[in-house]
Amino acid sequence: MQSAAVGGKRGARSAALRARRRTLRRGWGRGRGRWVGRGVVWGLAAGVPLVFLGVFFAYPVVSLVARGFVTDGGLDLSAFAEVFGRDRTWRVIGLTLAQATVGTAIAVVLGVPGAYLLYRTSFRGRGLVRAFVVVPFVLPTVVVGVAFRSVLAPHGPLGFLGWDGTFAAIVAALVFFNYAVVVRTVGGFWAHLDPRAEQAARALGAPPLRAFLAVTLPALTPAIASAAAIVFLFCATAFGVVLVLGGLRYGTVETEIWVQTTQMLDLRSAAVLSVVQLVVVAGVLAAAGRARTRRERALALGAPERVTAPRLALGGPDRRVGDRSAAAVTGVVVVGLLGMPLGTVLVRSLRTGSGWGFGNYANLATTGGPNTLNVTVWAAALTSLRTAVDATVIAVVIGGLVALVVSRRPRARNARRAVSLLDAVFMLPLGVSAVTVGFGFLISMHRPLGLDLDLRGSTVLIPIAQAVVATPLVVRTVLPVLRAIDSRLHEAAAVLGAGPARVLAHVDWPVAARSLGLAVGLAFAVSLGEFGATSFLARPDRPTLPVVIFRLIGRPGADNLGMAFAACVLLGAMTAAVMALAERLRSGAAGEF
Amino acid sequence: MSDDAGQPFRVRFLGSGTPETSPGGGGGSGLAVRDVVVHYRDDDGTVATAVDGLSLDVTPGEVVALLGPSGSGKSTLLRAVAGLEPLSAGSITWDGADLVGVPVHRRGFGLMFQDGQLFPHRDVGGNVAFGLEMGGIDRAGRRTAVRELLELVGLEGFERREVSTLSGGERQRVALARSLAPRPRLLLLDEPLSALDRALRERLAGEVRAALVATGTTAIFVTHDHDEAFAVADRIAVMDRARLLQVAEPVELWHRPASRRVAEFLGYEAFVPVDDAPPGLVDVMAGRSGEAARSSRRPSASGAPPSPAHDLPDPARPPGPAVLALGPGSLLRDDAGTLAGTVVSSGFRRGVVETVVDVDGVGEVTVVEPSGAFLSVASALPGPGDRLRLRPDPAAIAVVPA
Repeated sequence: MQSAAVGGKRGARSAALRARRRTLRRGWGRGRGRWVGRGVVWGLAAGVPLVFLGVFFAYPVVSLVARGFVTDGGLDLSAFAEVFGRDRTWRVIGLTLAQATVGTAIAVVLGVPGAYLLYRTSFRGRGLVRAFVVVPFVLPTVVVGVAFRSVLAPHGPLGFLGWDGTFAAIVAALVFFNYAVVVRTVGGFWAHLDPRAEQAARALGAPPLRAFLAVTLPALTPAIASAAAIVFLFCATAFGVVLVLGGLRYGTVETEIWVQTTQMLDLRSAAVLSVVQLVVVAGVLAAAGRARTRRERALALGAPERVTAPRLALGGPDRRVGDRSAAAVTGVVVVGLLGMPLGTVLVRSLRTGSGWGFGNYANLATTGGPNTLNVTVWAAALTSLRTAVDATVIAVVIGGLVALVVSRRPRARNARRAVSLLDAVFMLPLGVSAVTVGFGFLISMHRPLGLDLDLRGSTVLIPIAQAVVATPLVVRTVLPVLRAIDSRLHEAAAVLGAGPARVLAHVDWPVAARSLGLAVGLAFAVSLGEFGATSFLARPDRPTLPVVIFRLIGRPGADNLGMAFAACVLLGAMTAAVMALAERLRSGAAGEF
Repeated sequence: MSDDAGQPFRVRFLGSGTPETSPGGGGGSGLAVRDVVVHYRDDDGTVATAVDGLSLDVTPGEVVALLGPSGSGKSTLLRAVAGLEPLSAGSITWDGADLVGVPVHRRGFGLMFQDGQLFPHRDVGGNVAFGLEMGGIDRAGRRTAVRELLELVGLEGFERREVSTLSGGERQRVALARSLAPRPRLLLLDEPLSALDRALRERLAGEVRAALVATGTTAIFVTHDHDEAFAVADRIAVMDRARLLQVAEPVELWHRPASRRVAEFLGYEAFVPVDDAPPGLVDVMAGRSGEAARSSRRPSASGAPPSPAHDLPDPARPPGPAVLALGPGSLLRDDAGTLAGTVVSSGFRRGVVETVVDVDGVGEVTVVEPSGAFLSVASALPGPGDRLRLRPDPAAIAVVPA
């Protein structure tokens, strides 16, 4: 009886499969139509982001730059000679490169031991430290600037250093900001590095340091180079931090563009500087791209087996000198460089004119002192959240599409070239001045042109501008995960009868979905903290939180400063909460940030 | 993890091999590969010819092993049949219907990879059920089929297991079950056992054969291991450098390799032109029923047409000068033997003693003897430099065209 029932089911299954095969045979004649259809789908997937980038990035940037070079309808490049003839220009370029170089070098030197400690050893509380280290990276630049100023101010904990308003302060803040990039990029790579190569070197008689320098460090080079390029880019285009810490004495090309456009109203100089920055950014991106290719290749060669991290050995008979140095360096960085500024902001937010208390937080419901704000800080926070939701949706959709297209490995050479071109193009917003983007929006999206700041419709433009800034991060988070999917997994699904759409749905989507969680978090955090473009586009009656903070610290009065600290804590807490949520969704595969 | 030693595949599943449900599809002619050329482009832009004008037929229900050294193009041919590599020339048909332009997922073929390529985000049951989902089988049907298939491959009750917890052998069993689930018209196996250790590989080869035969599945089994090919296949196709050298049943292939290259690949060690062979060898071969050696000295006047099967020369009657191929087992120790040689080395191998002997006028040949004879102290292993007398075993010597 039972076997008959089983046989019946089996018969039904065979019938269904036979029916499927019949439909398949009918489908065989339509080969060409299907190829065309597929081309249209992929064309759309690549076209939508391209149109978005063209309208909301290339067009504003080009129109801004063009303003500097087009006089009376004719091309006029005299601005170049004029701008490069000024000492100030050379000083700004020199400072930008110096800041970025020194900041990157220090971040790498401090970050590599951190990567080792947090990704190659295991100890109690490692997860907590890993999470804490990321906080600065996602903190809004304005908050970071305020934090460092509070530490280095004459009455701050490190006031005796006399670093307030100096080059050193800016570099320290840049390292603070980018330390996590090095730790995560290098650490994520290191965690998957086969330890047996180093073990082989040890067995051949190399002492630990020699084995590290001769075997492990060269293997890490692609990851370090990739991290360094990204950090350099972030440092060279830093805006909020430099604006808050450097004042008018120290600036980058980015702040100079801001000064020239908003303070001096000299669009020609700003356009020249934008071009300079574009050239620097393109050069660094090319270097980063090469390093990334090497890293992906090196990772592809690595064993997929999970490498277990040995316990941290600081003492006892098995203690390792490397562990001790890494722990010492990382301890100083985490407590001194990362912890102190964050702690100081928290402490200062609790100090009011009349002693300790939550007065500053209570003031968040007010508009500050006379003529300070048009809205309460809470209202600004709400605006920030709403804007961030819109920006995140846009960035994830656009960035997800780009990552999907770029992760394909088409057979035709031209298609492959197009794919890598798309990859490069979408990295550009990462380095192009957010100030340029924001200002470009103003003059290209609103006619009549000129400095008649018509802010109508800016509630739409702000999330779009923030999405332009966040999209490259989404791409770089999702893409490595998609690329790490073995192409034979796609083939296995196809052979089992899954068409291209179902391969996407059943193979790529389940794997990429987890990295999408992190991408959402990153996009949200970037949008929450975005200041460069937003400072141009925010309407006075609807500012975002970073804009409010910047206005508060620009006004005299201890109450305003106290409110700024409280607002910083609020913004930091919002960002950290979003990232903590996203981190839970993070998959084992490492993205780039 | 210990369960690489799982149950052998049960044949019970096979009740489904009745004609109406047979995956072979009844009276069709099966797979026909004709003059196929596949170019392979490397990342650096260089183009190599991976498959060069190759033809092969596979009839329904048959298991063909595609045997060749690594880099010979056998995996590329398999991928071309699956639809994963485009053809530069030639055609691939199933039951006479051209498959060019038919995408992978509509061919109704299965493909099993060397490393399984299980879907990491699905459990064992989800992996096996994937092809059934794609085929539109309902949930109940899938559950029944998954249970039967896991039973077939000796993994009862593994439905909910994560694939990351499986051992290498278990993964391949799951991959086999997954490939068989949609009842492919043709199952392509790409070195499915190569990543496993030897003992497991040998046992699984037998079990894969049993599962294929039991389900009546038509299959092409790619391997570089001839033991595996002999264990699994009805016919063996030997491939080398993008071309097909010989297609034959296992016994035929072993005893009548079509060329010296095939013989070398199968493990034949010494090659002696008949004209130069020591008399002791020639006389023995001359007495062999086929009289291959003699006929090769006096070219046959019968003018028999060349074998129609892919123009491969008839190995029994090489048209030109012939060569005797000797391998392990071709020579036996015999104190009255007609051949003599100097011992090069010797050692134990799983119940036998293998002695490499440099035979006068022949070259180095491995002599195999049961190791039981060496248990008594008196008969120690031959040492290097010792002289031995040997007797050829004509049934274990192949005649190949020069």
